[in-house]
Amino acid sequence: MEFQHSQASHCESGVMSAILRHHGLPISEPMAFGLSSAMSFAYLPIVKINGLPLVAYRMPPKAIIKGLQKPLGLKMRFETFRDPQAGTRRLDELLTSGEIVGMQTSVFWLPYMPEDLRFHFNAHNVLAFGRDTASGEYQLSDPVFETPVTCPADALQRARFAKGMLAPKGLLYYATGKPSTPDWAVVIPKALKKTTRIMLDTPLPIIGVRGIRRLASAIEGLRPDKAKMFIGQVVRMQEEIGTGGGGFRFIYASFLQEAADLLARPRLNELSEALVDIGDEWREFALSAARMIRDREPLATTALADKLRLIADHEQAFYRDLRRAA
Amino acid sequence: MLESEVPQEGNVTLGGHRKAVYARGADGKIQIVQSAGWEVEEIVTRQAVDDLNQLAEDARQRVARGETSALEYHMHKARMDVPLLSQTSGVWQWRIRRHFQPAVFAGLSTAQLQRYADALGLTVDQLKQAK
Repeated sequence: MEFQHSQASHCESGVMSAILRHHGLPISEPMAFGLSSAMSFAYLPIVKINGLPLVAYRMPPKAIIKGLQKPLGLKMRFETFRDPQAGTRRLDELLTSGEIVGMQTSVFWLPYMPEDLRFHFNAHNVLAFGRDTASGEYQLSDPVFETPVTCPADALQRARFAKGMLAPKGLLYYATGKPSTPDWAVVIPKALKKTTRIMLDTPLPIIGVRGIRRLASAIEGLRPDKAKMFIGQVVRMQEEIGTGGGGFRFIYASFLQEAADLLARPRLNELSEALVDIGDEWREFALSAARMIRDREPLATTALADKLRLIADHEQAFYRDLRRAA
Repeated sequence: MLESEVPQEGNVTLGGHRKAVYARGADGKIQIVQSAGWEVEEIVTRQAVDDLNQLAEDARQRVARGETSALEYHMHKARMDVPLLSQTSGVWQWRIRRHFQPAVFAGLSTAQLQRYADALGLTVDQLKQAK
């Protein structure tokens, strides 16, 4: 079957949606995201990127790939390599046998990425679906791009074997066995409940709704000279690096709409609207943070922290309602 | 976010690409819409890029004054820090810091220079010069 590229909002859910579609199960990106309970929040002050803490608005990398196996009766195979050359040989083998192959890469080494976005971020997912025999370049489907792209072999090898945090170690993944249409009435409520559990009940104060509050306190306590880089980082993680926090809320809202139709439960449509409003609040937070960075507004960390606390309150109410609806 | 509110302000850091976002259409359905970029993203990305460029430029001037080696300049140019360069090259952090001394750097073997060059995606000749 000829591979069809389509643009997505987030790399991992986009890759999985494309793999499933290719294997005959048309699942939208929001469905892949929601069904694997990928929405989350985590503020990790110990994990530093260029000296600034990590803020994540979704579950850790590979959660979507792994999380879809059970509901869809799908088997994904994962392979990592110690030797880069072996990793490249294996990729060629799989492509020759007609497989489409998901890969974890570092955006820094991908030459087709815009220069300004090439940071050392190691968990970007792309699909390989062919290799041009004449030029030796790989044909890649990068879900966040409008069209398929090409990448020279040495650059791809470098991107797959980049070092540092979340080092991909050449990770390849592909589907073995055929996915099947699930019993929506079973798998969707299960996925919804899992998300509410993560956001409301995680016994760590840095995950879920409590994590948002913890981040608010951290922002409030910033020294003025450090504040701008810190809030810039928070917004960058929210909006720029693979979709972002506001973005994930909109993807999940779209999933809730689909779920409402599949299960004939209009209540989920109402919840979807509530979540769109929360996504908009995240965007407003980003907007005022950016204005402060550019000095269009005086720097007011307390005001930003209060905004986050309000978002936390709204998210908490939302997940409680979602739990009742599931 | 409504479809009509999807930012189309243009974002130079996207290099002309458009990204896909989800927004609510007129019929209430949330669907994928292409965005030419949002100023907010541009501001925070530029902030990070400018910060990294500043580190590289600062190192370049110190190389010219003989206060550090070209290695430090190339590390910042590759948007790395010492821990990441250490992981990528397999050289201990304290040795990397020591190689920031111009005199020590000048005496490095070709094999050691090659190791750094590979980690940074450069040739040895490029590595020796801070430009």
